[in-house]
Amino acid sequence: MVAILPLRLEGAEVCRKGKRLLGPVDLTLSPRGFTAVMGPNGAGKTTLLRLMHGLERPSAGRIAWLVPEQKARAAQAFVFQTPVVLRRSVLDNVAYPLRLHGWARDAARALAADWLARVGLADAADRPATVLSGGERQKLALARALIRAPQILFLDEPCANLDGRSMREIEAILSAAHRDGTRIVMATHDLGQARRLAGEVLFLYRGRIHEAGPAAEFLAAPQTAEARAFIGGEIVE
Amino acid sequence: MNEILQGMARAAWLVVTLDADLVEIALRSLQVTLTAVAIASAIGLPLGALLAVSRFRHRRAAIATLNALMGLPPVVVGLVVYLLLSRSGPFGVFGLLFTPTAMIVAQVMLLTPLIASIAHQAMRDLWADYHDLLISLNASRAQRIRALIWDGRRALLTAALAGFGRGIGEVGAIMIVGGNIDHSTRVLTTAIALETAKGDFALALGLGFVLIALALAVNFAIHGLARTEAGSRW
Amino acid sequence: MRVMRGVLALVMVLLAGTAMAADRMRMAVTTSFENSGLAEVMLPEVLKDLDLEVQLLVVGTGQAIRLGEAGDVDAVLVHSRPAEEAFVANGHARHRTQIMYNDFVLIGPAGDPAGIAGAGSAAAAMSDIAAAGAPFVSRGDESGTHKAELALWQAAGIDAAARNPSWYRAAGAGMGATLNVASGMAAYVLADRASWLNFANKGDLALLFAGDPAMFNQYAYLPVNPALHPHVNAAAAEALEAWLLSDRAQALIDGYRLNGEQLFTYNAGAD
Repeated sequence: MVAILPLRLEGAEVCRKGKRLLGPVDLTLSPRGFTAVMGPNGAGKTTLLRLMHGLERPSAGRIAWLVPEQKARAAQAFVFQTPVVLRRSVLDNVAYPLRLHGWARDAARALAADWLARVGLADAADRPATVLSGGERQKLALARALIRAPQILFLDEPCANLDGRSMREIEAILSAAHRDGTRIVMATHDLGQARRLAGEVLFLYRGRIHEAGPAAEFLAAPQTAEARAFIGGEIVE
Repeated sequence: MNEILQGMARAAWLVVTLDADLVEIALRSLQVTLTAVAIASAIGLPLGALLAVSRFRHRRAAIATLNALMGLPPVVVGLVVYLLLSRSGPFGVFGLLFTPTAMIVAQVMLLTPLIASIAHQAMRDLWADYHDLLISLNASRAQRIRALIWDGRRALLTAALAGFGRGIGEVGAIMIVGGNIDHSTRVLTTAIALETAKGDFALALGLGFVLIALALAVNFAIHGLARTEAGSRW
Repeated sequence: MRVMRGVLALVMVLLAGTAMAADRMRMAVTTSFENSGLAEVMLPEVLKDLDLEVQLLVVGTGQAIRLGEAGDVDAVLVHSRPAEEAFVANGHARHRTQIMYNDFVLIGPAGDPAGIAGAGSAAAAMSDIAAAGAPFVSRGDESGTHKAELALWQAAGIDAAARNPSWYRAAGAGMGATLNVASGMAAYVLADRASWLNFANKGDLALLFAGDPAMFNQYAYLPVNPALHPHVNAAAAEALEAWLLSDRAQALIDGYRLNGEQLFTYNAGAD
C-alpha cells in the first residue's frame, strides 16, 4: 500500500455563512502516533477532523496528503460521535466497506466475523444493528472503520456517552490498533482518556491551534492560560 | 343500520358461494391495481431515492411539485387520459380506451407521484442518517442509492402499499377511462358505483366489504412476506 | 436482483392478462336502457346469432353522443331526437334508425302533496308541482331524460326562471343517483319506467302519473360513420342494426317484461 502520510495543512480555514469556524490552521501529521484533539465546546475539534478527512471543504488554504486526495480517501476511516449504523445485520454493517470495494459477499462476511470477534460482538453478528446499545454501536463502528486497515483513523469523541466498561473496551481496541501501526487522531473531552492513550495533544481554542505538544507535558504543565483553565476544569469560552 | 347488516350478509354470501361475477371483478381489480403499483414503483422508488441524494438547481421546486401531484384529482387524471387515448386524441391509434390497459395507464399517473413522494421522504430521512458514513466510506452515487433502497426497503414497501391503497379504492379515473364495461373493464369500485346508482345498497355495500377485505388481505400478505424475508436475513 | 426479476415476471403476467377476445364492438347506451335489464336479455342472443360480443358503455345521452363523435364507440343507442339529428347532420352517422320506445313516468311521495295523480296531462301535472312548490329533483345532466323533463316544463309554460331553487333541485347525476336523492328528500322526479321498476331504494316514493304520449321516449340506433372514423367496426355495427330490425328482435323487445309489465314497444322503421 502506498503511504499517504504525512498530512500537511497550510493556512486551512473553514467558513460557513460568513463565519469562520476553523483556522487558519497549519499542521503536519506524522505517519505514526496517537494525537488527542482537545479544547472547549465549539473550539472546532469536530470541524478540524472532518476537514482532514475530507467531509468539509477548506474555504481557504490547502490540505495535502502524500498522494492525490482520491487515493488518500481509500486509506482513511472515521468514527463519528454518534455512530451511524446501517439498517442491516451487525455482520453486514462491518462487511459493508469491503463490499463497497468489490469484495465477494462470503469473503467480506468472513473477515467481518473475524473483526466482530476482536471487538467482542461475535454473539451479535446476526442481530439487526439498530437494536445495539450505544457502546455496542460504537464497537461496531470501530470494527467497520478498522476492517480495511486504514493508515489513519479519525475519531470524534467516540466515548462521549458511554459507560465505563464500554469505554475500557474501546480504549483497548484503539490501543491495539495504534500498536499495529494505525495513525490515530481522536477528539476527546476526557483528560483521563487523553492521558491513557495519547502521545501528543492539539489544544484548539476559538478555531485555532492554541497549544500543541507531547501529551504528558501538556497535561502536567500547559503553557497557555486557556489550556490551564481547561485542564483545571474551569469553563473556557 | 339494517342496510349495513344486509350488506355484510350479502358480502358473506357472495364470498361463500364464490360468485363468478364477483371473482371476476375482484381479480380484475387486483390485476389493474397491482400492475399499476408495480409500474409506478419501478418509476417512483428510484426517482424518490435519486431526489433524496442529488443536489441540482430546481430540486426544491421538483420536490414541491411532486408533493402537490400526490393530490391529483382522479377525475381530472381520468379525463386527461381519456382525451389522450380517445380515437380523436393523440394516442387514439392504439385503441386503448375502455380497456384494462387504459385503467392501468390512468392509475400509474395517479400512483407514481404518491409513491415517489413517500419514497423520497423515507429516503431523505435515511440519507440524513447515512450521509456522513457513506461519504466517509467513499461510496459512489450508484452505491449510495443502492444502499438507501436496500436498507430502506421496508419504508419503500410502505410507499408501494400506500399506492396500492389509493389505487384499489379509486373509482373516478378508471370509471372514465375504463367505462365500467361488464366482463371487460368492470372492477369492484365501478361495480359499487353502479349498484349504488341502481339503489341496490345492500349489494353495493356487500361489494364494498369485499373490497375492504381484499385490501386488508393484500396488505397482510405483503407484510407477512416482508417479515419472513427479514427473518431469514437477520 | 432476484426481487427485480420477480417484479418483472409479475408485471408480464399481469399485462398478458389484459389481452382481449376477438370479435366485438362497443356501443354507448343510456343509463335508462341499461337499467331496464333488456340488454341482459338481448346481448346473449346477439352473441348467439351473430357471434358478436357487444360491450356496453353506460353513460348519459350527452356523453354517449360525444363518444360517438370521437369515434370511441362503434354505435350509439340513445333517446334524444334533437341530439341524434345533429349527430347525423354533422356526419358522425350516416343515418338514424328508430328501434323502440318506452315511456317516462312521474314519481313522487306516496302522499302526493301537489296532487298530480289526477292531472289531465303531463303538462298539467308539472304545473301542479310548480304551483305547490313541492320539491322536484331534476337529473340536471343534459341526458335524454333531462331533456325530456325540460320539454315537459316548457309545455307547461314554466320557464327556467320560474323553477325556483327552493323546490327545484338539479342533482347533476344519473337516473339511479337522482332517484336516490328524490327518495331521500321525498321529492317528485321524472324517470323512465324501466329505471323506476328496477330501482330498489323506493322508500316512500310511488308512481303517480303516466300515460301521456308526450312522455313517450323514442330510442334510436346510430352506427358511427366509418368514413369519419376508419377504425370503427362498421361491419359489426351494420350486422347489429340488421338484427335489431329483425322479427327476432321485435319478439324479444315486445315480449320483455319487468315485474310483469311491458317496458318497450317496438316501432322500428316506423319513422
